[in-house]
Amino acid sequence: MMEQQDQQEQQVVAKLEIPQTTAAAAELSTADADRVFDAQNVSIYYGSFRAVTDVSISIYQNEITAFIGPSGCGKTTVLRTLNRMNDLIATARVEGDVHYRGASLYAKTVSPTAVRRRIGMVFQKPNPFPKSIYENVAYGPRINGVKGKSRLDEIVEHSLRQAALWDEVKDRLSKSGLGLSGGQAQRLCIARTLAVEPDVVLMDEPCSALDPIATGRIEDLMQEIKARYTIVIVTHNMQQATRVSDRTAFFSVLRDEKPGRADTRTGVLVEYGATAQIFGDPQDERTKAYVTGRMG
Amino acid sequence: MSATVQADPATPAGSASGLSRRRPIGDRGFQALALASGLLVLVILVLIAITMSQQSTSWFSSEGWSGIFSIDWDPAHGKFGAMAFLYGTVVVSLIAIIVAYPVSMGVALLLTEVVPRRWAQPIVYVIDLLAVVPSVVWGLWGILVLVPWLQTAIYPHVASALNGIWVLGNLFGFLNGNYVSGASFFTAGLILAIMITPIVTSLSREVMATVPVTDKEGAYALGATRWEMIRGAVWPHSQVGIIGATLLGLGRAMGETIAVALVIGASPTISSHLFTPGYAMPAVIALQFGEATVGVFRAALIGMGVLLFVLTIIVNLSARAIVGRNARRMRGA
Amino acid sequence: MAVTTNQSAVDLREPSGWRRAKNQFATGAMWFTFACMLVPLGFVLVTVVAKGASTITWQFLTNSTIPPNILPANIGGMGAAVVGTLEITGGAAVIAIPLGILGAVYLNEYGGNRPLARVLSFFSDVMTGVPSIVMGLFIFTIWVLHFGYSGLAGSFALACLMLPIVIRSSYEMLRLVPDSLREGSYALGATKARVTLTVVLPAAIGGIVSGALLAVARAAGETAPLLFTILTVEATNPNLFSGANTALSTQIWVNAQQPYAGAVARGWGAALTLIAIAFILMIVARLVTARFARYSR
Repeated sequence: MMEQQDQQEQQVVAKLEIPQTTAAAAELSTADADRVFDAQNVSIYYGSFRAVTDVSISIYQNEITAFIGPSGCGKTTVLRTLNRMNDLIATARVEGDVHYRGASLYAKTVSPTAVRRRIGMVFQKPNPFPKSIYENVAYGPRINGVKGKSRLDEIVEHSLRQAALWDEVKDRLSKSGLGLSGGQAQRLCIARTLAVEPDVVLMDEPCSALDPIATGRIEDLMQEIKARYTIVIVTHNMQQATRVSDRTAFFSVLRDEKPGRADTRTGVLVEYGATAQIFGDPQDERTKAYVTGRMG
Repeated sequence: MSATVQADPATPAGSASGLSRRRPIGDRGFQALALASGLLVLVILVLIAITMSQQSTSWFSSEGWSGIFSIDWDPAHGKFGAMAFLYGTVVVSLIAIIVAYPVSMGVALLLTEVVPRRWAQPIVYVIDLLAVVPSVVWGLWGILVLVPWLQTAIYPHVASALNGIWVLGNLFGFLNGNYVSGASFFTAGLILAIMITPIVTSLSREVMATVPVTDKEGAYALGATRWEMIRGAVWPHSQVGIIGATLLGLGRAMGETIAVALVIGASPTISSHLFTPGYAMPAVIALQFGEATVGVFRAALIGMGVLLFVLTIIVNLSARAIVGRNARRMRGA
Repeated sequence: MAVTTNQSAVDLREPSGWRRAKNQFATGAMWFTFACMLVPLGFVLVTVVAKGASTITWQFLTNSTIPPNILPANIGGMGAAVVGTLEITGGAAVIAIPLGILGAVYLNEYGGNRPLARVLSFFSDVMTGVPSIVMGLFIFTIWVLHFGYSGLAGSFALACLMLPIVIRSSYEMLRLVPDSLREGSYALGATKARVTLTVVLPAAIGGIVSGALLAVARAAGETAPLLFTILTVEATNPNLFSGANTALSTQIWVNAQQPYAGAVARGWGAALTLIAIAFILMIVARLVTARFARYSR
């Protein structure tokens, strides 16, 4: 019986076909110098409701880290903690330490706006501003003090090229950003984020509202810009995680004493490691169940 | 690639220094400015209450509680009882909402249940046009056109038809011989009704639009006609909200000055006969302020302004309280 | 298995006569109420146009001295009142519109659910119900008694009237701007003031302008607040800040109470002018909404 289960699991795992673009577990760095984020025992509360408990995770430079797991287990909540977007929710509270390159992110002297300039975010549903394509990309640099048309032109073109959108829109930069298709709009949002030259790019299910072709283009884009940025992506799509990410963190919910309403579940980090290891040789049984169960 | 965005070259993106920057002054200044603007409303309301009460104290001190509400109004002899005006304001406003309520109800139902979306626009334009005609134009038309017409062509017939009938005769019959006046309580109420109908209709429409479609479909699915559906599904949900809308209309009617002043007849009387000239608080303030140059007379007029202020606030608060409680009940809280 | 059919006919006719009659009567009654609205509107518009059109001439609109009431309509004109209305209403708009928009920004962007914001929102609603005559009396007591009658006092009174209306309509427009726009801007490192000024307000500007225009139309037609603040005079006073002034609405008020045909004719002409101004503002507001309001209910 056990052997049969093991065999089935191995067959399923073989189908996953971890591609060669992601690093093998042995090649991933663990050096302190390469650590971008270092979260220790982080718990996040909305009022008295504990949304996420005791998360400890390190994000490394120039890697793509994926957060996976079932709905409602706090992946997006943890992501938003990394650029202090949870501050916008009045009842949100973070306990524990979050360090960004050695400095505490939630210290009293830290300015959230400065944080967000360095740690950008792309959202699930593309949200271009009701301005022209040019103005959408130029917005970030403008508010950070860049003046001068020629400089802005350079930045806009460079960002749109990085986002693989330049060729499609270079003749209509003055047209409204709202007129783009879903995939184009999302690439515009990525260009907009890259225009402020952040250090980290956080992505909250960036492809979930897009068709497979648009999804593929954005995944290619992520691989291209990985050399210059550190990327953390929340995704429901496990194949996407295996395609693009170097490390994967699997979140799930606490084993409840009382099962019941979805909004009382507390999220927890179950397992974190190289993607190849998480999908090829998961250590925790919950990870194994999730990774194989979804494919079976 | 030479274009960079760093506003501060000393702190490149890949380091954590420079994260600590206090909130810029511009950001805090803007917030303070916005807060100040918001507070202005409170400041103005408080100032209104305080300064106008101050100006009217001599009225209160010379008349006392009984004097203020007496029916004796005779400025030439120092008598400043306001009862006649209070009475007129109440009567005229009541007439206004009694007339406006069914009309507003009918048009609101028309727009939400009967007329298809595309054809609703012209009706909404009519309502908007009605709302934008200035009060003084209603008054001009009222005194020069409506009043003479009513006095010669309508009121006498109504009066002779209803004369002697129990209750209706007292309201609409003949008093003091065959005299009915075009400039009277009823005319003022009528013009007020025309003026408040747009707002009561708009508010009622909003209330009716919140009726859940599932309730309406449920009624239709049982084979109800449209009118039966309205009575069964729309009505119970909207009732309370419409009362709130009507109360808000009442508040508007009580405060309306100019049109009423021109057609009410400017005669401080208390009478149940509606075709008699009367008076109302805002009307007397507008018409007599020029002559009240000093002393208790002016204090009395300003005092009536305070009374009006308090009354309309009470009516408004009641309207909101009723609507608020209904909203909570509907949500199941 | 034998198949049995139901022999009785299925009745698919209309509901019984009585129910149908009630339904039709109800529908007819609703249309009747609409006619009740239409009739006075038509009546007043036709009258004003008929009686006022003949008085309107270029001279009427621009002549800067309002003649004594006895004189017939073709002498002099209402130019002084037109200038007065435009100046005084313009002054009120300049005061009330920026303050109103800022107040709405506070309520929607900064206030949130805090008790102060709810109190202010509540009192803003209360203030929309305060009668316009009370605003006039108020400015009389705190300004006119100390500084005398002036167009400026009239502007203050009208601004008090407009403020809660602009706050309410701007607030509704700001609420309609989706949060995703704000989040996108925050994520790029913008401060709250920047987010509001560069993303939220531009997105809501169509609706805000439209609401402001409607508030101006309302203020232009008001008479009661001006009665106590500008002291209707007969000559143009271009100086908003000192000296008594006049306006179309107050002139109509005065002329409506005159027995002289000339004065009455001038009153009709002024009424037509005032209605035209209000209508134009309303139509422009609707056009702005149709073309520029990005988010509507």
